[in-house]
This record gives sequence, structure tokens and C-alpha cells, in this order.
Amino acid sequence: MDIPLIFEKSRPGRRGVRFLSPESLDGFQIEEHLPRELIRTTPLGLPEVAENDVVRHYTELSTLNYGVDTGFYPLGSCTMKYNPKVNDWAASLPGFADVHPLQPDTTVQGLLKLLQSLEDGLKEISGMDAVSLQPAAGAHGELTGILMIKAYLRDQGEERTTILVPDSAHGTNPATAAMAGFEVRVVPSNARGGVDVDALRNMVDHTTAGLMLTNPNTLGLFEEDILTIADIVHQAGGLLYYDGANANAIMGRVRPGDMGFDVVHLNLHKTFSTPHGGGGPGSGPVGVTRRLEPYIPYPRLRQGDDGLYWDYTPGKSIGKVRSYFGNVGVLVRAYAYLRSHGQEGLKAVSETAVLNANYLSKRLADHYRTPYDRTVKHEFVLSLTGQKSRGARALDVAKRIIDYGFYPPTVYFPLVVDEALMVEPTETESKETLDRFVEAMETIDREIDQQPEVLHEAPHHTVVRRFDEAEAARHPILTWQQLTGEES
Amino acid sequence: MRYIPHTPDEYQAMMDTLGIQSVDELFEDIPEKARLARPLNLEDALNEMQLSQHLMRLSSENINVNEVPSFLGGGYYDRYVPAAVGALAFRGEFVTSYTPYQAELSQGTLAAIFEFQSMIQSLTGTYAAQASMYDGASAVGEAALLSLGQLRRRNQVVALRGMHPDSLKVVETYVNARGSSLLVADSLDDLEKKVGDQTAAVLAQYPDMLGQVTLAQKAIELAHQVGALAVVASDPVALALLKPPGEMGADIVVGEGQPLGNHLNYGGPTFGYFAVQKALVRKIPGRLVGVAQDIEGRRGFVLTLQAREQHIRREKATSNICSNHSLNALMATIYMALVGSSGLREVALSSAQMAHYLERRLGELGLVREPSPASPFLYEFAMRVPGDVDQLNRFLLERGILGGFHLGRFHDAWQGLWQLAVTERRTQEDCDRLVEEVKAWISR
Repeated sequence: MDIPLIFEKSRPGRRGVRFLSPESLDGFQIEEHLPRELIRTTPLGLPEVAENDVVRHYTELSTLNYGVDTGFYPLGSCTMKYNPKVNDWAASLPGFADVHPLQPDTTVQGLLKLLQSLEDGLKEISGMDAVSLQPAAGAHGELTGILMIKAYLRDQGEERTTILVPDSAHGTNPATAAMAGFEVRVVPSNARGGVDVDALRNMVDHTTAGLMLTNPNTLGLFEEDILTIADIVHQAGGLLYYDGANANAIMGRVRPGDMGFDVVHLNLHKTFSTPHGGGGPGSGPVGVTRRLEPYIPYPRLRQGDDGLYWDYTPGKSIGKVRSYFGNVGVLVRAYAYLRSHGQEGLKAVSETAVLNANYLSKRLADHYRTPYDRTVKHEFVLSLTGQKSRGARALDVAKRIIDYGFYPPTVYFPLVVDEALMVEPTETESKETLDRFVEAMETIDREIDQQPEVLHEAPHHTVVRRFDEAEAARHPILTWQQLTGEES
Repeated sequence: MRYIPHTPDEYQAMMDTLGIQSVDELFEDIPEKARLARPLNLEDALNEMQLSQHLMRLSSENINVNEVPSFLGGGYYDRYVPAAVGALAFRGEFVTSYTPYQAELSQGTLAAIFEFQSMIQSLTGTYAAQASMYDGASAVGEAALLSLGQLRRRNQVVALRGMHPDSLKVVETYVNARGSSLLVADSLDDLEKKVGDQTAAVLAQYPDMLGQVTLAQKAIELAHQVGALAVVASDPVALALLKPPGEMGADIVVGEGQPLGNHLNYGGPTFGYFAVQKALVRKIPGRLVGVAQDIEGRRGFVLTLQAREQHIRREKATSNICSNHSLNALMATIYMALVGSSGLREVALSSAQMAHYLERRLGELGLVREPSPASPFLYEFAMRVPGDVDQLNRFLLERGILGGFHLGRFHDAWQGLWQLAVTERRTQEDCDRLVEEVKAWISR
């Protein structure tokens, strides 16, 4: 079956939701109010379908998707934990969802109180002095944070040009540094999977604006030398940026501020369980220490005599990174998560996430190589070099996992591990789910020797199978018009 | 704990497997000096019932647009969201999935994004659109960056003043980051003076903050005269009636997508859209979905042209964007499918009809439309108020009306200007009530 498109259900004249009919417009003619050359003459190109067509089509499409609600989703670095339903319910309350961003502050005091409490909670969890809720995603938070570092250094009379990132970093780190106008230099890893401290010592100099670091890093390993690393960067006059993608490992145990970080972003769509929505919306609040606070995006939330209000004084702020205040609907969910856990709950979240990862890693280690013999944090990386030498690549194993009813782990990342599979079980998965996953992985490992073609051709039981992605990129077809050859 | 399934026995069995006595042993690699030696100072946990009561109370402390008629606009509009949008978009398979890297398990999201790209392309009159941006303002920011990346010897972008001030602020933040600058032109004449061989892009909003629709065409021409790219930001609902910017020659068309089936959410999350002409497809920021065939010859969809993106290209990527606003774009897709071309025209037309009615009635009270009483508009316009606009708005709020926005809070030259937006949700009674209260305020 071809994957269906709503356009294929379109029939001329069929209607879904109607609004006022043209007759009820009392003779109002748009032609009398717009210059003729500005009136649209080309069709809008939207499908003509009935409401039932729409409902059946998108219900069908939803069944072609796999989410956390469907099953185990051990996608490394993405923290695909259970997304509580009460949080979604909360975000849809009319006092949160049906509020206009230009309403007077006096009419949104409940919402502003919520945002203030969330700021305070995130400050405490990250060990920072001030937080901005404005950034819309992790990468957006990175850009905000790096721009604050740049503005701070400039005010100190320093035009520093380089940002350091480890070779195990997320792609967003170097992309962000480049977007902020910095040159990127890559710090190598050492044999234990951490930052090579000697190499770092040799790389920092008067051009170093900062180091971006994920801790635990993308290998799931805690940077044991973090205090030394912080010293090296600070002594060179640079600042330390914490990529919070992996913060699910550390809550209540250690705080970025106490490790020496100056700027932190947190991915609320990871650690704080807000749903990923097939690629967003997320939210990437940024926390900073006192010396960077003046550079935070504006408006800032402040307490006045008549309640909370937005302070639009720019001061030394880097400006705005998006419209209005942030992804408030996501922030409401994160606040609900925070309040349903408290300190004990959040600590248990991180402890269980780490226990689950270590348990799963240990159980898989009989058949799959773990490249670093260390305790991991919330995730771990397997190196499938042994499987590759027997004829199955990491991608083949990942695709075969689909046939066993699981979403595959992240493949070929981080780049520093050959044939990498990056596994993050999260704390919301039970022991029996992890055990079932281990069984599947052991069976797949046996299949490599017994019937390798089963892996090479996997998945077998999905609605579609492997795609020719190279051909899709060579001749990209990006719209219905291009697909049907109707493009002008 | 609330969402952790482990029983005490299971905890024990897992620790036995690891040969540890306590989970503390799993955190021993954290330097002792850095460890948190005290509990986090957070409010006590609430159970679900307590939490829901607490949140309902916080929600009820806000005035929402279902309780009082609102005339606020500025890119975010109080439009009707049909029930089917939420019922479908909030299916767990959509809500709880990740970015569709594994195409075999993500055809629902991928097909919907392909539909979204198609609908935006056709609404804007361009060649192709991508999967969504964070919001309208960051979409304009990325368009400015794309332009500067295309025309590497140039280091300025020039915008017309009528663009949303938040968009201007974001553009400024984004282009300053790479050492370029934003100039703002107060008029077309001023724009003509400000563009030149350093201009990488001209940015115009259509309709703009004052409701003007007549400036974009000329801005596009001025951009092309100096070899710059023309970027137009549009409310997508307005494009049901207006000639699409792509047909007018715009190279990049972007906008805030909230009016398409998204709730206001106090400004976010909504989504931005980003569409381009053919020459720029491989420079587009963010996710793109394309058609592909699987090994059995079936048509499906994949993320494509990924060599532009951060997870492949790292510091050489066209943008650092990773998460976008897929779920909000899905709501827009379902909305556009539900209302269709006729429905979207009805939405825009009934808004415009009521807006023109309101504008006429307010004009009878002595309010004067700016920049000129004769300039054409659709469903949003700006009027000069005889007196203090903030005081008028407070007066209206006391009487249960969210009046227009005082544009002077955004820009000094707009002091005394009242921006009013009328949507299909505003009835003639709403408008009459507003007019009566304004009349009462004037004669107070």
C-alpha cells in the first residue's frame, strides 16, 4: 500500500467545516476594499474533503506512527520517557491555552505565577542564579547561551573568537557556535570516553570564549575531570556552557552550577517529560550565573506592587530570540511535572534512569561490546564492531529491532564510536520491558549467524520497508504539486 | 514515585544483577566536591488530584478570550479551532513520537509534514516549504541568515517598520550574532535610500502591523534592484484573499502560523512556516520531507536533503535548528484539510467584513485610521484615539472587553495608535458593544 495523502481524497465541491456563507456577508465584496492587483486569483490548493474523511485519514496516519504511548522507545540522547496525560490536560485549560500574548499583565496573573515558580524551580535544579524561559528548543537555548557569553566577554573588553566542543558533542553544539559567529575547535576524547584534559589544556588560549559540554556526555559517561576542566577553561578566561540534553541523569545528585558551569540550558521535552510531538514543540530554558544575568533575553518577569509583570527594559540584554515569552504550553506541562515530583520525586527519576541504563547495559554486554568499562549514567553506547565482522551493521540490527516491536536506539552517534547504537531506557520503563528488549537483542545477535538476510532486509512487518533515501535526495519531491507534476 | 513502575523487589533484583547495595554506588564517579549534599529546595509533591485542582485554580486566575470579546491581533488571532483538530492531533501516536528519523515507524508524521509543506507552498505561491520553525519571528530571523549566507559579501538586511517588533528584535539578535546589522526603514522612500550593495535581504510584512497591504510589492522590487533577496512575512489566513508573495516575486515567504488551527497559548507554542523559490531549496533551514520508494516499490516519505542539517554538517549546517514545531504544524494541516479552500476564504472574508463594519463605526466616533483613512486593509487596522489609549483599554477591560493593542508600547512613532483585529469569532454585537463603550469613554 502506498502511504495515503489527504489530497487524494479530495473531490471538487466537498466541504468540511463551514463558516459564514458568502450570502450572509450582506453584500460585502472584498473587491471593493482591495486594489485589483492585490486580489488572489490562483486557487489556494487545499483539499476538498468532508470532516469524516479528515478524521479517518489522520486516524489512519496516526496508526502508522510509533510513539512512547505505543511502546519502548530507547532512543539515546532523546529521553523518550512517558509523557503524563494530566500535563497535556493542564496545558489545554482555557486560562492557559486561550490567552492572548498581548493581554495586560493584570489579566494573566495565574499564568505569570506559574512561570515564576517554574523559573525558581529550574534555578534550584541547575544551580543557576537566573533563568530565561524564552528559548523554544534545546538548540535555541544553546544559541541564547552562547550569545550571552559573547556579550559578556565583549563588555569585559574581550573579543574572543573560538568555542571548543568535544568530538562526542551533539551536532547542535558546533552548529550553534558557528551561528553565533564563532570558530569551532574540536577537543578529542580520551580512552575513558571523557574530555582529553591534556589536549584541552593545550588548546585553550586568549581566543577561547568557552567550552560547550554535555555532562554526562553523549556516551552516557560522567566527566570525572569536570572540576579540572572548569578550572582550565576559566583560567584561560573562557566560560563553561552546559548542554542539558542529558540532565535526566543528575537531578538531585549534582547541579551544573556546582560543577563550575556558567550557562545551562535544559531540554524540558526530555528531562521534564513534555511530549516530543513528532519533532517538537520543545522548550529550552537557559540559566546563568549572576555575572551573566544582565544579558538574559527580555522581557524579564518581575514582581511589582500590583503583582507580576513583564519588564521590557532591554539594558544589556542580548535582545529577543523569539516572539513574546516562550513556549508557554510546554512550560505549563513542565511545571505540572515539577509539582508532581518535588525533590524526592526528581531524585528518584534520575536514580532510576541511571539504574535502568546500567542494568540494561550489563545485561546486553554478554553479546554486544560496551566500549568503555565504566558505570554509565542514564544512557550507554554499544559498539557493534563484532556484529559488523559477522556481517550485520548497526543499522541492520536497528532495523531488525523494529520487527520485535521496539523503536530502535540512536544509530551511528556519537561519532567517536564505531558502529554505535546509543540506548537510553529512561526511568519509566519496567524491568520486564528491559528484559524483553534484552531477549530480542540476543535473538537478533543469533540471527546474524543463522539467517543474516533477515537483518539485511529488515524491517519485515512494517507498513513500508527500507527506502531508497539517496534517490529521494537526488530528485527531491517536496510537495503534492511536484508529485503530481502540476507545478507551474 | 509517580511515573516509575518499579516495585521494591524489582529494584533489588536489578541492583543484585549489578552487584551493588545502593544506587549511590552508581554516582561515585561524580567528584565529591561537586555532589549536592542536601535535598533540592522544591515545593512538596502533589498527587494528581491535588495537582489538577492547583492548576485549575491558576488557570482561573487568567482572563481568557472565551470569557470576554478580544480585539487583540499582531500576528496571533482569536480564531475558531474546530474540535476535530485537537481530537486528531492529540492522538498519542502523534504526540509522543520523536523526530521521524526511522521512516518505517514514522509514516504518519512524515506524510502529514509532506501535506503541510504542500499546503504552505500553495498558499504562499512558492516552490517548496519546510517542516516548520519555532514561530514567525524566528522564521524571519532564519530568512535573514539564509540571505546573508547566500550573499556572503553583504552584511546588512533592511526591514520595513511595519514588521512585528518581535520579528525585528529577533532578526537583530540573529544577524548581529554573525557581525551583520539590521536597518529599519520607516517608509518606502526611506527603504529606497537604505538599500544598496551591502543589502542581502529586504524584509517586509504583508499585511503589516498597521494593516497595510500595498508596500510589499514595491519592497520586493527594491530588493531585486540591488541584487538582494526579498523576504515577505505573511499571516497565512490573509493569503486566502491576497495575492501570494511568491507570485509577487518574493524569494522567501515566512510567517507566524498560529491563525491556522492553533490556540493562542499566550504566544507559544505555535509555529513558523518557511517557504522558498526553487533556487533556495538546498539552503532551507530545518527539516524537509520528500517522497521516497521502499524496496517493494511502495510510495512513502522520508526526511530528505539532510546534508544541510546540524546532525550531519555540524558547524557547516544551514542552521542549528533541530526540534521544530511539528505538532503545531500538524494542527495547522488538519485545520486546513477541515476548512478547505472555501472555508479559509470564509474565515478571512467574514473577519474582513466585520472589521470594515467596526472601522466605519469607530470612524463615526471621530477615531481616524492611520497611516491613511483610504489605505486598504483586511481584518486588522490601526486608529488614532482622541486621548490616552492605555486609559481607554483599562476602561474597556473594566467593562469586560479586551480592547485593541496600544502600538505605542512597541514603537514611539506609534504613540496613540490603537491596533484592532477582528476575527470570525467576533459578532456584530461584540463590535457594537465595543463602539458603545468607546463612545461612553469619549464622552465621560
